[in-house]
Amino acid sequence: MTRRAIASTENVLPPPIERYTLLGWVYKNLFNTWYNALLTFLAVGIIYAIGKPAITWSLEQARWDVVLVNMRLLMVGQYPVGQIWRIWLCLHLLAAVGGLSWGVWIRGYRLWSILFLAAVLGLAWSSSMDGSAARGHLIALDVIALAGFGLGRLGGKRLQRTVINLWIVYFPLVILIVRGMTSAEGAVPVVPSNLWGGLLLTFLLTVVGILFSFPLGVLLALGRRSPLPIIRWVSIGYIELIRGVPLVTILFMAQIMLPLFLPADMTVDRVLRAMVGIILFTAAYQAENIRGGLQAIPHGQYEAAHAMGLSGVQTTMLIILPQALRNVIPVLVGQFIALYKDTSLVAIVGLLDLLGIAKSIVSQPQFIGLQREAYLFVTAIYWLFSYFMAYLSQRLEVALGVGER
Amino acid sequence: MSENQEKREPIIQCEDVHKWYGNFHALRGVSMQVYKREVIVIFGPSGSGKSTFIRTLNRLEEHQRGRIIVDGIELSHDVRNIEAIRSEVGMVFQQFNLFPHLTVMQNIMLAPVWVRKWNKDKAEQIAMELLERVGIPEQAHKYPGQLSGGQQQRVAIARALAMQPKIMLFDEPTSALDPEMIKEVLDVMIELAKSGMTMLVVTHEMGFARAVADRMFFFDQGQIVESGAPEEIFKNPKEDRTKLFLSQILSH
Repeated sequence: MTRRAIASTENVLPPPIERYTLLGWVYKNLFNTWYNALLTFLAVGIIYAIGKPAITWSLEQARWDVVLVNMRLLMVGQYPVGQIWRIWLCLHLLAAVGGLSWGVWIRGYRLWSILFLAAVLGLAWSSSMDGSAARGHLIALDVIALAGFGLGRLGGKRLQRTVINLWIVYFPLVILIVRGMTSAEGAVPVVPSNLWGGLLLTFLLTVVGILFSFPLGVLLALGRRSPLPIIRWVSIGYIELIRGVPLVTILFMAQIMLPLFLPADMTVDRVLRAMVGIILFTAAYQAENIRGGLQAIPHGQYEAAHAMGLSGVQTTMLIILPQALRNVIPVLVGQFIALYKDTSLVAIVGLLDLLGIAKSIVSQPQFIGLQREAYLFVTAIYWLFSYFMAYLSQRLEVALGVGER
Repeated sequence: MSENQEKREPIIQCEDVHKWYGNFHALRGVSMQVYKREVIVIFGPSGSGKSTFIRTLNRLEEHQRGRIIVDGIELSHDVRNIEAIRSEVGMVFQQFNLFPHLTVMQNIMLAPVWVRKWNKDKAEQIAMELLERVGIPEQAHKYPGQLSGGQQQRVAIARALAMQPKIMLFDEPTSALDPEMIKEVLDVMIELAKSGMTMLVVTHEMGFARAVADRMFFFDQGQIVESGAPEEIFKNPKEDRTKLFLSQILSH
């Protein structure tokens, strides 16, 4: 063994290094053949033709004041002004937990984190924030995130479990803070959900939708493969029923039909009804995605687990689900991104989410005809967070793909 | 069969075991007694039911007629009986079946921690001892996908041994391996046989059988055609089918 190793090192050469100057790279990749050069010119032409008017319009002609004046509405809807500090509190907590996670898990500083912090800071400095409490809050967000990062770095791996627990506590806590729990005189009076709106409502619908539809989807996927016929039939019936109906129909059913079946004196909150509709809808799709992952697990994995005496539940939780879920991360996250965008459908049943608010502000008399600005802003926000979710999914795949070689 | 074997209590008792796949009669009345510390080699042409048979012993396959008693417990539909037997019977598969999302150490520690409820330190210590025993302690923190086939199979053996089983079943443990890796796995199995483990091995490795087997069983068409000590089977097989099969696998 050693002799062979010594002998072979003599012939071992490093791989050839390809190095180009910028111009060399441009030549090799963009102008290496006449048709490639033609395509390059064509592409540049198209980008210029579209990009130039878009940029001149957004910088010179667009009247962004429709967005700036209505920023509070777009962000939190009709949430009482005196209570907005609670939303800020949620964000500060998010910055703290997010900063901690950053410090604990991510090696290096990562360009996007720096850019993100700089963007928040830039927003705080911009003239639109003059005299607004938002400036202080935005700066505080950066400071808290950095403090969390420092703490996470110092704590390192020992803090992992704590941070996971903080995330678990975070979401119920946010719901509690947003909703409130005392009477009107108390410190955190209840804010009825018909005042929730804008991005706040969109986020709440998304987060609650993801947190509840995922475990429900797992149960349905396992149920559909259960050897017990009743459980299997119920799962199949549920999945196929829900998948055969558009989300809008389910939302309408939840808003209009549900009260008909309930006792007259019992009312279910409208936001809650929409949440339930979204959860039930997404769970059916997630169940099928997860079932796809379950089917990809070779039978030998079950046999090996059973042969060593693991119970059925242990086999599922320790061996099958971890592998199945890892295999379908891209589809799972894809479904969650779809859920995030689909929350805009609640505007149809009268809830004022981000899109609903945008629709209502462009009908304000002083902003007639400014749909483009409002909808472009909304589009940018949807894209930003969708892309963030997609990015997290990629990171997750890399982090979990360790043994897969 | 020698006298002192008859005096001993059999650890596995099979009487008239039958198994069907649909209409196909895969096991047609198999009876066998295995005694403690015995090494049994089962061989035969493919489709002869030899794998099916050893898989009925820990109920990865269900037998439909006859009785199987393992370590004093009869295999029945009672789930607790099955789990009790499975924790006393280790199994090694042709395709290794390691868990790809867990490291070598985690693969070995899994069952001791979750089934035997040992604390982590104890499980870890035993896992490390077993890795030393199968000769790959340096691979402890790698994932199965990073190991060669022979190393994976040795991890699979260590994983089965971690439960400190009374019986080990091997289902064609070297059939999926490249030729140069077969020896490293067989060496581990020979060492295990010499340590006194009760083993049932489905294999065509006749060198292994000659070295350590106490008895050999030749399976064909779901039945035991012939059984006996290795020297009898190799020197003067009684049945024509055994002769033919041995001539086919020993000819080159």
